[in-house]
Amino acid sequence: MNTTEIIDPAHIIMTGAIFAGLSGVPGLFPRLGATVAQKLATIIACLGSLLGLGGAIVVAVSGMTEHLVLDWSLPFGPCDIWIDPLAAFFLIPIFLVSGACAVYANGYWPAGKHPGTSRVLGFFLGLLASSMVLLITAGNSVFFLISWEVMAVSAYFAITAENEDHEVRKAGFVYLVCTHVGTLALFVMFIVLRLMTGSFAIPHAGTLSPLAPGAAVIFFTAIFGFGMKAGIMPLHIWLPAAHANGPSHVSAMMSGVMLKMGIYGIIRIVSLFSPIPLWWGVVILGAGIVSGLAGVISAIGQHDLKRLLAYSSIENIGIITIGLGTALIGMAVGHPPLVIMGMGGCLLHMLNHSLFKSLLFLGSGAVIHATGTRELSRMGGLARHMPRTALLFFIGCVAICGLPPLNGFVSEYLLYFGFFNGINGSSIPVFSTMVLAIFSLALIGSLALACFVRLCGIAFLGQNRSSETGALHDAPLTMVAPMALLALCCLGVGLLPLSAVHLVEIPVLAVFPPAMTAGKNISSIAPLAWLEACGLLLTLVIVAFIGLYLRRLKANPPVPASTWGCGYLQPTARIQYSATSFAEMLVHFFRGVLQPRYAMPRISGFLPNTARFSSRIPETVLEGLLLPFMRLTGLVFSFLRRLQHGEPNLYVLYIFVTLVMMLAWSY
Amino acid sequence: MDIFADQLLVFVMLINFVVLGSSRMTMAIRAVAVQGVVLGLLPGIIHHFSWHLVAITVGIILAKGVIIPWLLFRAMDRIQIKREVEPFIGYVSTLIIGAVTTALAFVFAAKLPLAPEHQGLLFVPASIATMMTGFLTLTTRRKAISQVIGYLILENGIFIFGLLLTTAMPVMVEAGALLDLLVGIFVMGIVINHISNEFSSIDTSRLTALKE
Repeated sequence: MNTTEIIDPAHIIMTGAIFAGLSGVPGLFPRLGATVAQKLATIIACLGSLLGLGGAIVVAVSGMTEHLVLDWSLPFGPCDIWIDPLAAFFLIPIFLVSGACAVYANGYWPAGKHPGTSRVLGFFLGLLASSMVLLITAGNSVFFLISWEVMAVSAYFAITAENEDHEVRKAGFVYLVCTHVGTLALFVMFIVLRLMTGSFAIPHAGTLSPLAPGAAVIFFTAIFGFGMKAGIMPLHIWLPAAHANGPSHVSAMMSGVMLKMGIYGIIRIVSLFSPIPLWWGVVILGAGIVSGLAGVISAIGQHDLKRLLAYSSIENIGIITIGLGTALIGMAVGHPPLVIMGMGGCLLHMLNHSLFKSLLFLGSGAVIHATGTRELSRMGGLARHMPRTALLFFIGCVAICGLPPLNGFVSEYLLYFGFFNGINGSSIPVFSTMVLAIFSLALIGSLALACFVRLCGIAFLGQNRSSETGALHDAPLTMVAPMALLALCCLGVGLLPLSAVHLVEIPVLAVFPPAMTAGKNISSIAPLAWLEACGLLLTLVIVAFIGLYLRRLKANPPVPASTWGCGYLQPTARIQYSATSFAEMLVHFFRGVLQPRYAMPRISGFLPNTARFSSRIPETVLEGLLLPFMRLTGLVFSFLRRLQHGEPNLYVLYIFVTLVMMLAWSY
Repeated sequence: MDIFADQLLVFVMLINFVVLGSSRMTMAIRAVAVQGVVLGLLPGIIHHFSWHLVAITVGIILAKGVIIPWLLFRAMDRIQIKREVEPFIGYVSTLIIGAVTTALAFVFAAKLPLAPEHQGLLFVPASIATMMTGFLTLTTRRKAISQVIGYLILENGIFIFGLLLTTAMPVMVEAGALLDLLVGIFVMGIVINHISNEFSSIDTSRLTALKE
């Protein structure tokens, strides 16, 4: 730690975390008006975010490691807090997105309209942010698990804010079960870790041997427990429903930040080992490919705006995991460019995803706020009614598709660069996995493009499909400003890749031992200056094109007509491409994975009656696999239900008998 | 000093029997309050003076002897229940079982591998006997208030065991135990109110209607 500084960044970050955690506390006092409480929460949360953001960027860029010791009188050893560049890098999106969401809540969830739930949401969102900061910085496994659990539970309460709705309760329940199953795996993992190291402190990077007994257990329980939180397929079952049913700024927090905690956990645990076995990298890369492909394919078929975004989060988590897997393969075979580009792509895409996915979720909140529905097939023509939201949403869509000159392109570019570097002069297995990764990433990218063209086209273009368009309004400033901030960040990372990569560079090098990276860094491998120049040129071309277009538009004012008129004289909004028909070809193509269900009426004879057609894409893993299995288990073990008879006195007796038996066993 | 502490512990065990044998709620609550006060005095007797100890003593007497009984009396007033009418096991039988478990507690404590300075003290058998009494009350009584009383006695038993360690016990653990107790009583209070609103009685055996 640098002693010459008066205020060190670690204290600033911790102060930020405390501010974030306390932001919702004023709302707990019923005497304080709900609106005042929300305003106070926003101010405190923003202050905390600014402080934390400053501290985190300083640590990430300077590359120093901050260390604090929290003195707690618990029998688990001292509670260390380590803020190394990797941790600091993960802190950036936490503070950024939580601040943006706090502001957004004022417009989206105004205390005037929701006096009760705005207090609850304010409190738990603050707690969510601060617990994530603590778990990122925890150097003690017990402290880590405590923060992890606080995070999981506060997210649960935030999701179930509207708990009078049956769907919300159901989504919350699935989330709660999943997160605890994941935490159980983490308990096993930390117990094994404790057995290996002999202390509850999380060891330093590269100090454990992967050949030691228990290393494989740690690896798999980490993948399972952290993967459950990150939403890696097929552990994603809680994710779509929870994201769709929570309030939009909660979805933004979860998708933008909370999923990344799983990624952080996997990176942290894997980095403890040295040397990395090749199969670890292959397993993680494989999980990433499955997650990315299945995520984007499922996203294409969704009718629910937020479910679609949730599946796209699974896809992006897949891309991030592909990057991590590539880096691990590079470590295993000793290929520094692969390590650097894989890890760089992984971390940068993590940051990018938290920027554009929060932007999209906040944008979807604005759309839902205006239309009152999440159904894509009831939207349409929204760009005319809410131009600001449409523009920002469009920026988010371009970014998430990985198109230049926005930020998604930069991270995917790093990944591609790594893959092609890995192909050069490597053994057959590495060569073939890299080729597979290139094809998968290309496929994911193109399908994501199709998915978001559909989303933008159906929701924002054409004509409105529902009859009541009078109430449509653009979002208020409190909602637009956070979205604009996130969109600016997207643009910034996309247009200035050199500075963005500068932010990633030190965390990348800090994850793994320096020997692995052979003194190289991202900017010395990838021609980023060219990328920056091309990006600027492209932006100039786009701006010039738009300018020309606007001038022509002024010269020849357009004739208003429906977009998908197809020559009809009296078209209705229902003639347009619908969300289902747009995706039909791709859904049909992937019907083996998606298992779409159709309710198709048989039409016979002349002048048939009114008929309705509907289609639905079920959640394959949950509805097709897990729920039937659970039902079967419930049937087989139904005799155990007799133990649950509702007599509290006998329940106490159970406890007593258990206690006596345990005493007798240990005696 | 230990002799005086032993006498107090015998008193605590006698109070256990008062609770087991009384059908009137008022009596049982008062008995538990007295037990709490006695237990609050105990750490002051067996350890050397320190301000930390004074704080603990005052805290315990306030919580166990004043606040919790007051909460219980209030709950009792609100739901208008004075007696435990028909326990699952009768009073005489409970008293006999209580006597047997107390005797067993002494036998069991003698066999426990304790630290030499704790051997021969009444603390361990008194603690186990009190915990047993708590369990007995919890399992045999129907009314929710009686169950809260059982829970309190159980906590008292745990507390007696903790007395052996008070000086080594970190503040966090003490505060945690007390907080646990208070929160438990609060929750039980809420549950009692809800049970009485929902079923117009606080007979916990009616809760079977809630099972799937």
